[in-house]
Amino acid sequence: MTMTVPLLEVRDLSVTFRTEGVVTQAVRNVSFVLGRERLGIVGESGSGKSTTGRAVLGLVPAHGSVSASRLALNGEDLRHLTQHQWSRYRGRRMALVMQDPKFSLNPIMTVEKQITEAWRLHRRTTAAEARKHAAAMLEAVSIDDPERVLRLYPHQLSGGMGQRVMIAAMLIAEPELLIADEAISALDVTVGNEVLAILDRLVAERGMGLIFISHNLTAVAGLCDRVVVMYGGRVVEECAARDLAHARHPYTRALLAAAPSLDEPRASLASVVRDPAWLT
Amino acid sequence: MNPPMIAVQNLSVSFKGPHGPVSAVRDLSFAVEPGETFGIVGESGSGKSTVLRAIAGLVAASGGHIRMAGEALGLRRTKAQRSAMQMVFQDPYASLHPRHTVDRALQEPLAIHAIAEPERLITTAMADVDLDPALRFRYPHQLSGGQRQRVAIARALILSPKLLLLDEPTSALDVSVQAEVLNLFQTIRSTRALTSLLVSHDLAVVAHLCERVAVMQRGTLVEVLTAEALRRGEARHPYTHTLLAASRGYRRVGSPHEGMPLAPS
Repeated sequence: MTMTVPLLEVRDLSVTFRTEGVVTQAVRNVSFVLGRERLGIVGESGSGKSTTGRAVLGLVPAHGSVSASRLALNGEDLRHLTQHQWSRYRGRRMALVMQDPKFSLNPIMTVEKQITEAWRLHRRTTAAEARKHAAAMLEAVSIDDPERVLRLYPHQLSGGMGQRVMIAAMLIAEPELLIADEAISALDVTVGNEVLAILDRLVAERGMGLIFISHNLTAVAGLCDRVVVMYGGRVVEECAARDLAHARHPYTRALLAAAPSLDEPRASLASVVRDPAWLT
Repeated sequence: MNPPMIAVQNLSVSFKGPHGPVSAVRDLSFAVEPGETFGIVGESGSGKSTVLRAIAGLVAASGGHIRMAGEALGLRRTKAQRSAMQMVFQDPYASLHPRHTVDRALQEPLAIHAIAEPERLITTAMADVDLDPALRFRYPHQLSGGQRQRVAIARALILSPKLLLLDEPTSALDVSVQAEVLNLFQTIRSTRALTSLLVSHDLAVVAHLCERVAVMQRGTLVEVLTAEALRRGEARHPYTHTLLAASRGYRRVGSPHEGMPLAPS
């Protein structure tokens, strides 16, 4: 009998940066396991949420050092990969969608080129075949006229459209794991919700695992199955997304109370008082 | 009866585009009473910031009138008008000069308007926004995001303006820092005779701070309603309902849980 291997295992992940002799511990002993599900990582600036995502993808810059007692995709150890070996994982088996399509799309490449590039890097196909796949992928991200959009350059796309193209480019190689880092933070709320619906549907249809990194508790509660709350590089709480409103940790509760609410007027907002003990 | 602090009548603003003029604001009218906090919400490109900039005189109107306390505002703002209206921008990283200390940032408006007693005013302005006096000779890069926004607010308040123009003042801030800044605005509002115009894409922020809210879409004003009516979902225009539904968060199709509201229990 074999045990099911989780899609992603992260145990005791730490990331340390050293700049001009100053050592910063960005991530401290973070552990979580991801199946074919949606995991949210929430926290404020500097909580280490993005660095955690980068470490999983082997994208921590050279002045940072990463350590973990386990970091595995489908049971395959990712800890000692060379740059060459990483290229077989990144793009092909795990992909990253970042905040602003303005910066993550190549401004002088057509949409077709950017999407098919990812496809042709990992598969041996003809240009015509790749174009067909790119058009189908654009349809999958709810773009109505893929043939027209394939010919456009990034500056001709709106923010929501750009983010759809980005998702299409990331998913065309059919990765098992998608990491979305503040993927809707630069978008208007109505457009952001459309992008969430697309992510939601694609993750379900393709049986992917999703790590959704965001400062937006509302978005995470709506999209994810489970939530990890990070503070000062640590996981302070993990709970089911539906229980986020009843979070236990004082930091999570303070974050919830600090946000103005449409539903209940609050005379003044609770300030987030930080306890140094959370970091020990 | 006193005239409104700001009366905007049939305001239109258009910009030059590669294929002729692009109209950013079309035939907009509203009035803000003295002492009121008035919000303008809308998505990117709705023209909400352009309205604020037109009031401040940073962009020229192509049609309509703006009156401040009964006085018509011309193409250029007079010195007195400029000190009576002060603006706070979204990104305190961009709106403060990186090589000017807090002290110099606060000196500048006083020097421009030749105001005596800068020493006393700077100390008071910093105290008013809860800035530690020890930060007075620091540079922006030595401050946190919340501290920088406090400096920007102190700089706006140091001339004792009648009208405060706030353009997404908390959008670049973490939720905990946003809470501090919103609470600061509440305090300022209760201690000063100040009219504020707050532009934001965040309905919850606007409902929290404002008495009345204007909703903009593609350069036009779709409706003005009270924050109370907004909270209760008593909007008349379908677009306001769309915005309200979107702000309450994404819901998974067939989701077993409600998702929202996210209030601590």
